Amino acid sequence: MHKYKEKAFTAITYTASLFTIMVLFALIYGLFREGLPLFNKVSLTEFIFGIGWYPTNAEPEFGAWTFIIGSFCVTIGALIIGIPLGLGSAIFISEIAGNRLKEIVKPVIELLAGIPSVVYGLFGMSTIAPLIRNWLNLDTGLNIFTASVILGLMIVPIIASMSEDALTNVPKSIREAALALGSTKMECIFRVIIPAAQRGIIGSILLGLGRAIGETMVVLMVAGGSAQIPKSIFDSVRPLTSTIAAEMGETVIGGLHYQSLYALAILLFVLTFAINLITEFFIAKRDKK
Amino acid sequence: MKNRKVLNFCGNGFLSLLAGITILAISIFLVRIFSLGSKVLSREFLFTAPRNCMQEGGIFPALAGTFWLTVISISIVIPLGILTAIFLTNYGKPKWLLNVVQIAIDTLAGTPSIIFGLFGMAVFVNLLAMNVSLISGALTLAILALPLFINSCIEAIKSVPFDFYEASLALGATKRQTITKIVLPTALPNILTGIIVCIGRVAGETAPIMFTAATFYTRHLPEGLKDEVMALPYHIYALMTEGTHPETQVPIAYGTAVVLLLLVLGVSAAAVVIRSSIRRKRKW
Amino acid sequence: MVNNILSTENLNLWFGRNYVLKNVNLNVADKNITAVIGPSGCGKSTLLRCFNRMNDLIPETHIEGKVKLLDDDIYTSKMDVTEIRSRIGMVFQKPNPFPKSIYKNVAYGLQIQGKYCKDEINERVEQALKAAWLWEEVKDRLHSPAMALSGGQQQRLCIARALANRPEVLLLDEPTSALDPQSTAKIEELCLELQKSVCILIVTHNIAQAGRISNYTAFMYLGELVEFGHTEKVFTVPQDKRTESYLTGVFG
Repeated sequence: MHKYKEKAFTAITYTASLFTIMVLFALIYGLFREGLPLFNKVSLTEFIFGIGWYPTNAEPEFGAWTFIIGSFCVTIGALIIGIPLGLGSAIFISEIAGNRLKEIVKPVIELLAGIPSVVYGLFGMSTIAPLIRNWLNLDTGLNIFTASVILGLMIVPIIASMSEDALTNVPKSIREAALALGSTKMECIFRVIIPAAQRGIIGSILLGLGRAIGETMVVLMVAGGSAQIPKSIFDSVRPLTSTIAAEMGETVIGGLHYQSLYALAILLFVLTFAINLITEFFIAKRDKK
Repeated sequence: MKNRKVLNFCGNGFLSLLAGITILAISIFLVRIFSLGSKVLSREFLFTAPRNCMQEGGIFPALAGTFWLTVISISIVIPLGILTAIFLTNYGKPKWLLNVVQIAIDTLAGTPSIIFGLFGMAVFVNLLAMNVSLISGALTLAILALPLFINSCIEAIKSVPFDFYEASLALGATKRQTITKIVLPTALPNILTGIIVCIGRVAGETAPIMFTAATFYTRHLPEGLKDEVMALPYHIYALMTEGTHPETQVPIAYGTAVVLLLLVLGVSAAAVVIRSSIRRKRKW
Repeated sequence: MVNNILSTENLNLWFGRNYVLKNVNLNVADKNITAVIGPSGCGKSTLLRCFNRMNDLIPETHIEGKVKLLDDDIYTSKMDVTEIRSRIGMVFQKPNPFPKSIYKNVAYGLQIQGKYCKDEINERVEQALKAAWLWEEVKDRLHSPAMALSGGQQQRLCIARALANRPEVLLLDEPTSALDPQSTAKIEELCLELQKSVCILIVTHNIAQAGRISNYTAFMYLGELVEFGHTEKVFTVPQDKRTESYLTGVFG
């Protein structure tokens, strides 16, 4: 009886795990089933490097290059804003702030990491965008700059929270050793603690990168949405994610336009998968050391 | 020597400045949302349906929609997540299967939410003909939350000291008994935190439900799994982008955002409180 | 000679490539205290864990030879591991009560077997707590958390928890190394009392402790059983040079 129950329990956990793998395969299958037929009509290079995106014309064109550039621009912008603020805050919390302040700020940052992105989008659209338009006298405040600011603000809690964990996990003995050798606090932080916490910090940045690339609502609401190669950071762009979200509602299921949006999703999936792989590879390599 | 002191001072100032900017930016963000949003908050706002082309009335259908989407998806995720985490931490044989499951989890966890939306649309809405409905959306959200929850369950189970495991086996308990009677009860508070974090995440997602469950406007509360539903995050998006009367609809969007924030931050705050009280009570 | 309850025949054990136990032949007499001593890393804890198959938990463990509980070889596949473990109790180095109530800790071993009724369990819990000299201290708060007890009390709770199963053998793995001298003395006294009803096999780092409480002493060095005999004899006229140098503190 015992043996039977043990076996049954093992089998159940086994099945649950298989289900998780199945979900991944179903996801990949779902995307490819809908997206791959597009490549009967358009070649892969045409799709990736093509500039025109006219999916509903009589002679349709499917070039995703502008979207790739759009995603690239807002992601880099978000990192430029998010990394210094996130890391700076993390170092401040773990090394400079007193225990009292730390006990308040740390949970607050963890809370902020859970704010739904649509709320950031709302804030960007109705508060920051008009402000920037008026200040700089632009046609529209919905552009790369605004999207970067909002996306950056969104990934600050993610980077800060994870880096702070990494910094706090650096053993006290290492700190004490550095200080006992006569280094100033900043020397201790930048030469000893940060190198020791390197892995976690890079992990946090890669996580922020993944979030920024995959984020839909913020860019959909704030990046402006015109499919063009930007000439300045105050031009509006249309990243991959917002293209999918904005156009999906207008497609006919199974049509070319519909397929092309799934093809964009495949592209996005491959991109984030690659980032995951790099993260894994990086961390695994470090682990061996 | 003097140089080093100056550098130290500057470094300190610079880091404090960065932290200060962060705090300021986030404060402006929160204060702005709450100050604009709280103006429209009222009992009526929470408990009535929208009226007059979404220009008046409340958000009750959206509140109900988000509630049901969350409840259904979380109740799918909990058993699956716990069982998978048990497999990964305690059984994990054959080894290659363990690795494949781990890779699947990591991949899913890093996949953008809009892709889950497309997947849900392709599989649940079209292939399985569930249409745009509560159940399609809940299943999509469940798949999105599954990897997150599995990971937090793994952490929770790993935080149970090996001593307990060993002591239980030494008393003649089987592996299953040890897991169900010692490991899971000990890990329960941490698993609970994981559930709460998932609730916060699921309730706030927009992209996955855009094409699987959400509708811009309905006066009805969901009556069955096959109904289209309104949802708080989608409501905000829809008001901002499809609304035709910004002067009346933007305040409603802010009000909805405050409700959503209170909901999400409320449950997350509960998680933080639970976790810190566990840390304080824990004696092992 | 008293009858042997536990015995090993040519026991060899490897952790991966690590050769940990080398040809150990040991006979443990019933209703006695047998102490296993030796420098750290000599394999004494590993030997102890062979008797209730706790080494199964460590991956890449490879065992050759026989381990017998009375006449049963406990490493044959038809033996039920859980049954062996309920017949041979074990107490660990660090007190490890479950984060449950005192009562639930002691009742755990009985509840999982699922063959005792409530009254029986209550009775056995009381008996076990009495046998571990804990009853008077905890009888009014059986349902308060075990983690709130002091270290010494926790360790006696762990002994009570093991005793509730009415084991034939009690394995003690350095049970006092995490305790203060007073609690240690109490546990030693307790062992002397318990040996009247159960066989005790204790691994200890503390030579004086072995001398104080055991009837038989086994000395292990680098995975070998170097010397085994009556405690008095081993302590006063050791046969092996290595035993003598260990007892006189050359590599303590």
